[in-house]
Amino acid sequence: MDYIAGVLGKLNSHVFPTDKVTLGAAISIPLGGLLVIALLTYTKRWKWLWKDWLTSVDPKRIGVMYIIVGLLMLVRGGVDALMMRAQQATSVGSSHGIVSVNTFQQLFSAHGTIMIFFMAMGLMFGLINLVLPMMIGSRDVAFPFMNLTSFWLFAAGMILINLSLGIGQFSAAGWLAYPPLSELRFSPGVGVDYWIWSLQIAGIGSLLSGINFFVTIIKMRCRGMNLMKMPLFVWSVLCTNLLIMFAFPILTVTLTLLFLDRTMGMHFFTSGFGGNPMMYVNLIWAWGHPEVYILILPAFGIYSEVVATFSRKRLFGYTSMVWALAAITILSFSVWLHHFFTMGAGADVNGFFGIMTMVIAIPTGVKIFNWLATMFRGRIRFTTPMYWFMGFVGLFTVGGVAGVVMSVPPADFQLHNSLFLVAHFHTMIVGGVVFGYLAGITYWFPKIFGFRLNERLGKWSFWCWFIGFLLAFVPLYILGLMGATRRLDHYSASLGWQPLFIVSAIGAAIISAGVGIFILQIIVSIIKRKDNIDYTGDPWNGRTLEWSIPSPAPFYNFAIEPVVTDRDPFWQAKHLANNNEAEAPHYKSITMPKNSSIAPIIGALSVAFGFGMIWHIWWLTIASLVAIIVSIIIRISDDNTDFVVPASKIEEIELGYSAKRALAPKEKYA
Amino acid sequence: MSEAANPTMGLEVSNTEQAKNAKTLFGFWVYIMTDCVLFASLFATYAVLHRSTFGGPSGETLFSLPNVLAETLILLTSSFTCGLGILSARARHKNKVLFWFLITFVLGVAFLFLELTEFRHLVITGNSWRRSAFLSAFFTLVGTHGLHISVGLLWLAVLLGKIFSKGLSKNNIRQLTLFSIFWHFLDIIWIFIFTIVYLMGALGK
Repeated sequence: MDYIAGVLGKLNSHVFPTDKVTLGAAISIPLGGLLVIALLTYTKRWKWLWKDWLTSVDPKRIGVMYIIVGLLMLVRGGVDALMMRAQQATSVGSSHGIVSVNTFQQLFSAHGTIMIFFMAMGLMFGLINLVLPMMIGSRDVAFPFMNLTSFWLFAAGMILINLSLGIGQFSAAGWLAYPPLSELRFSPGVGVDYWIWSLQIAGIGSLLSGINFFVTIIKMRCRGMNLMKMPLFVWSVLCTNLLIMFAFPILTVTLTLLFLDRTMGMHFFTSGFGGNPMMYVNLIWAWGHPEVYILILPAFGIYSEVVATFSRKRLFGYTSMVWALAAITILSFSVWLHHFFTMGAGADVNGFFGIMTMVIAIPTGVKIFNWLATMFRGRIRFTTPMYWFMGFVGLFTVGGVAGVVMSVPPADFQLHNSLFLVAHFHTMIVGGVVFGYLAGITYWFPKIFGFRLNERLGKWSFWCWFIGFLLAFVPLYILGLMGATRRLDHYSASLGWQPLFIVSAIGAAIISAGVGIFILQIIVSIIKRKDNIDYTGDPWNGRTLEWSIPSPAPFYNFAIEPVVTDRDPFWQAKHLANNNEAEAPHYKSITMPKNSSIAPIIGALSVAFGFGMIWHIWWLTIASLVAIIVSIIIRISDDNTDFVVPASKIEEIELGYSAKRALAPKEKYA
Repeated sequence: MSEAANPTMGLEVSNTEQAKNAKTLFGFWVYIMTDCVLFASLFATYAVLHRSTFGGPSGETLFSLPNVLAETLILLTSSFTCGLGILSARARHKNKVLFWFLITFVLGVAFLFLELTEFRHLVITGNSWRRSAFLSAFFTLVGTHGLHISVGLLWLAVLLGKIFSKGLSKNNIRQLTLFSIFWHFLDIIWIFIFTIVYLMGALGK
């Protein structure tokens, strides 16, 4: 028996799920995986997948991989959401709904965790990887190998959290796992350990990315691009990464302390031995509040690019936009206590944090007005990204006002942990973050793949999201005011809440249709790519540097390093340049980083490391840790990580693009 | 002045050795700042929990200042020899580099040995991290510093092996520079641990 415990830790034959719902999910994921494996083998694409994608240090490809994972997790978290809505619509009176109480608790814990860490963070890093280097006129990020490693750590966390479906169970302690509930005494299973290690591994990846992009922006801008000439998306990424650098170490510490409590018998957050559960709540929100700004700031950046491009106007109030971003960045560290006004900090402390929370609405309001002023007297084109933008302005303003309502501590004592709060933060995250990232994917898709997405399906997807959102969350605002708390698995029929919960469930179903149509839009656009092909590299009549290079962008981005003199350099070049044909370009050889198979290996080893930690399989943990260290030593000992692209090769690629550009029909947009 | 010690901070974007040094050095400083936040969080938890002894012993009765003074002097000396090693690296004296960094390594091991002796003593006298929230916070804060020292020693061992076999390549000098930043940083963190945990603890503050 001891021998088996040594080899398998806490694993035994009872870890597999028994209830039908979890079992179905646990079986369908490997089945989907098998389908992909079969398809890859049938089309003989394994080598292509490994050499061109999984080991690629090209940020554009890393970005695409992040976005694929992010969209998959949108589906996974969306299924969780649908089941929660179905449960709450049916579990009333004598009926107890479709899932057990324990499964329901896992559902809301997994939904929040997956949506924030693996959907939103994934799409965010994906979009940053896709366009940030191009926007600053650079060929790469500062540390290409580290960038790929970050992706693989993110993927490792994602794999661990999904493993919990089939092996053991996930945390039932909510998406932030407050102690003492998440302590060993009250959550003895492996669920919370799955939560800790999937976030810890993905979080370290995020921290490395934060450092990487910060250094990239500070050190690798092209000549002439001083800070106040950076596109606003770049500014938003700079602020986001600053927040990541200050917030994510706190998360690392918090998760480690919870792990030490659970595994080593320490007493940081236990209810006995002098532990202090409130300290956990402070620590997790000292990370958690900046985290929501980490997610929203890049979305603000995307909206700023989209609204300027499609209004064919310079962004209104650029300087105030930059200062608003900076103000939000700093203020976001001084509001975390508003997440627990009711936990007894006293009137003075609550008053301070309430006022700081109201103050942060000011720079956000500045941004809303600047975007609207950009549209004013612009020549607006109603493309899909612009739809997402306009949906965002409406929802975000309403959600923001709901937030200001809750920032008043006495009001919050009524609304705390109610569905009103749930509706508020979903308005911000769906209407703000998700709409922004979907706009970003639609906007920059042609730059990466060389053709635009289908506009008609894109608009259909938008309307499903928008109408579905209102149907799903307006009832929750009302229910919250009527006193419905979050995370209810059952309620009394006499309350009369069921009709509103049913409307909300219908709304969730319409949002799912929106997700489905978005994915359908990508598939249809790939099949009919000839209809939407982008010959010029500038399908939207863009303003910033990424549109000055051909589509799909070559792996080196810029054949000749650009020099900028203006905030909208490409727009200026198009409209002010005297059209005397430039002399034939003189190409130089380019040094680029080599692909690396060490990064995916580190990712795989991290899965093994985390799995060992979760199940107490110590030999696996130690072996994979040693293997990770050896991999890093091998990497830092490698003096030969770059290769040179000769000038002739670049000329050949660029000539190919010129030939394509010559096929372009007359300019569609003037 | 070598390139490693004095990288240009200008606007070079090409992937030359100098630009690479500048990026790496700056990136490492940024990483050090994030590590600073990590230690700040641990200091904060220690500050919150240092009186939560749950009826067990406090720092006043547990800490032995002579032992900690020895640890401090050893670590400060190792920082000094690390600095001498960097000066030798700038002058491209391979043997001097090996000599000074070997001393740094030995001093680091001595520090770690003293720290683990203290930990062992606490555990066998029944005052392990399971005893109280105060001791959990103490072991975690001091232990995280010790873990950083261990990682530094492993890194230094690998580097010394590479310098011994391959000489002072550009890559090796760059990494030595990064290591020295890391080592001095751990020294500064130790000064805070020495003051806040041990001195103030021994005074019963």
